[in-house]
Amino acid sequence: MNNLIILPILIPMLMGVILIFFKDSKTIQRVVSVISVGLMLLLSVYLSYIVYVDGIQTIELGDWPAPFGIVLVADLLSSSLVALSSLLALVCLFFAFQTFSAERERNYFHPFFLFLMVGVNGSFLTGDIFNLFVFFEVMLISSFILISMGSKKYQLRESLKYVIINTVSSMFFIIAIAYLYGVTGTLNMADLSVKISELEQTGVISVIAVVFLFVFGTKSAIFPLYYWLPHSYYAPPAAIAALFGGLLTKVGVYTLMRTYTLIFPHDPLVFQILLIVGGLTMFIGVLGAVSQFDFKRILAVHIVSQVGYMIMGIGIFTPLAIAGTFFFLAHNIIVKSALFLFAGVAEKITGTSHLKEMSGLLKTHPYFAWLFFIAAISLAGIPPLSGFFGKFALVVAGFEAGNYFVIAVSLATGVLTLFSMMKIFMTSFWGEVKFPDPQAKDKKVGKLLIPILPLVALTILLGVAAEPFMQFSLELAEQLMDPSEYINSVLKE
Amino acid sequence: MRNTPVQLHVITRIVAFIILAFSVFLFFAGHNNPGGGFIGGLMSASALVLLYLSFDLKTIKRVIPFNYAKVIASGLLLAILTGIVGMFFGFPFLTQFFDYFPLPILGETELTTALPFDLGIYLVVVGFTLLVILTVAEDDN
Repeated sequence: MNNLIILPILIPMLMGVILIFFKDSKTIQRVVSVISVGLMLLLSVYLSYIVYVDGIQTIELGDWPAPFGIVLVADLLSSSLVALSSLLALVCLFFAFQTFSAERERNYFHPFFLFLMVGVNGSFLTGDIFNLFVFFEVMLISSFILISMGSKKYQLRESLKYVIINTVSSMFFIIAIAYLYGVTGTLNMADLSVKISELEQTGVISVIAVVFLFVFGTKSAIFPLYYWLPHSYYAPPAAIAALFGGLLTKVGVYTLMRTYTLIFPHDPLVFQILLIVGGLTMFIGVLGAVSQFDFKRILAVHIVSQVGYMIMGIGIFTPLAIAGTFFFLAHNIIVKSALFLFAGVAEKITGTSHLKEMSGLLKTHPYFAWLFFIAAISLAGIPPLSGFFGKFALVVAGFEAGNYFVIAVSLATGVLTLFSMMKIFMTSFWGEVKFPDPQAKDKKVGKLLIPILPLVALTILLGVAAEPFMQFSLELAEQLMDPSEYINSVLKE
Repeated sequence: MRNTPVQLHVITRIVAFIILAFSVFLFFAGHNNPGGGFIGGLMSASALVLLYLSFDLKTIKRVIPFNYAKVIASGLLLAILTGIVGMFFGFPFLTQFFDYFPLPILGETELTTALPFDLGIYLVVVGFTLLVILTVAEDDN
């Protein structure tokens, strides 16, 4: 029993509730938000440390014993993801301070930002599949509000689609959970793992696994189900888009990793599907990015293609592949959000996000340009930055498992990713100075860049010090591939 | 001025109190029997909605001058704090405690920490229902 695990969920929830009372005071809202997210970050780093040293930590909420009550479980994967998401939240919060209008902040931005973090952290930490659904809903409802806040026409139209697609997939989520409960009679994930491995591998389990794939696939935007993402992530302002792009689809990927390593690891059919879908997702995603000429839209479509790599990693399903998936996931959370924030900066300077309307940012804002360049080539996977090592591990794992075709697709995708990132750099950063806004040249953006610096530093660090991080990822993958430690610490057998 | 629906007003005044009383009963019945904060809250909210329907918005707003967003927040706060209390004594979050106390009039009564938690839920449900209905209603003008 360790109450520390609940704190990354409890702190933002409590603070968010308190902030509803101080709706009109900008200062109180900002101070309390920063304190609570900062506290969350410190505690989650401490939690990761404890998990790393002492092994998996659990807490049985309300003191009800494990297979019956709800448990929260912090293993290496969930605790490190909580730490990453807290860091990202802090960065986006500081960025939001610089860019948001006072009116938006008065419209309950801060409480819902914190509730979103409750949902994200809860989804990472919970060890109960129905509770996972609940935290997903907390996250989605907050994201509905954050995405539609501001109420421009375009934004409302896109957020309506976002709401509908997510509600439909949540319905399927409930149906899948009901099937699972009907077959096994339990909702505790560790208990599910035990019960399903005792069952003969029947058709029912495969069906349930595929329904789960549909649900989490919609949330994480994989191949035939990604169409809602590019538009709805284009609509909100940069700070929110960065948080969504960095976190929400990754929560879907996390749930895929968790359910397929813990509950359905015995089903070869699903892993075949994952491989095919992963390949298609990354390739079609990157084609979408190549054809776009809008800064934010390119990044939004890229989310899809990057998710493809992670799906491929889960599909290959060897310890090295899972390690690569985690490394890539961590890299992607950091870099994708950084790029979204850079897009926000570019829009702030020039007043447009269309690539062809701006050029010569390198001359007027050199620091901004080079920081963007680092993040962009990191996304494309150029060594020694973090993107390279994630992809490298995935490719090696794919060769070892003999999945040559999907690896070829992923390498081609890498080239196209590089091309689309360079397209942004060449059209808007090189060339003569030309902006729609004549005052753009003299706009100072130093304050906007400071919050993004930690993310850029982290992608360099993850790349330069890839050895220890990869070691950590491998340890994490071992823990995932062998669920007995998870099961023992939850069920205490 | 429009015709005042006298019958509706008279009946509402009586019925609303019956519903409110029943909702309180449901709320307290909730711990080991059917009922609880959620159902009690919905029932109370329905009584208040009935008041809003038969009288007009302005009148009732004068009588019940609550900011429902803050009612939701207080409910959540109460529920969370009840959950936290156990943590200070080394129990997991949301652990509940109960014991039997002899109280005047009521006799031997079971007092539980689930009650303030339920009260929190009650407030959230009442606040949420009315906030939604009133927001939609005010949208008309």
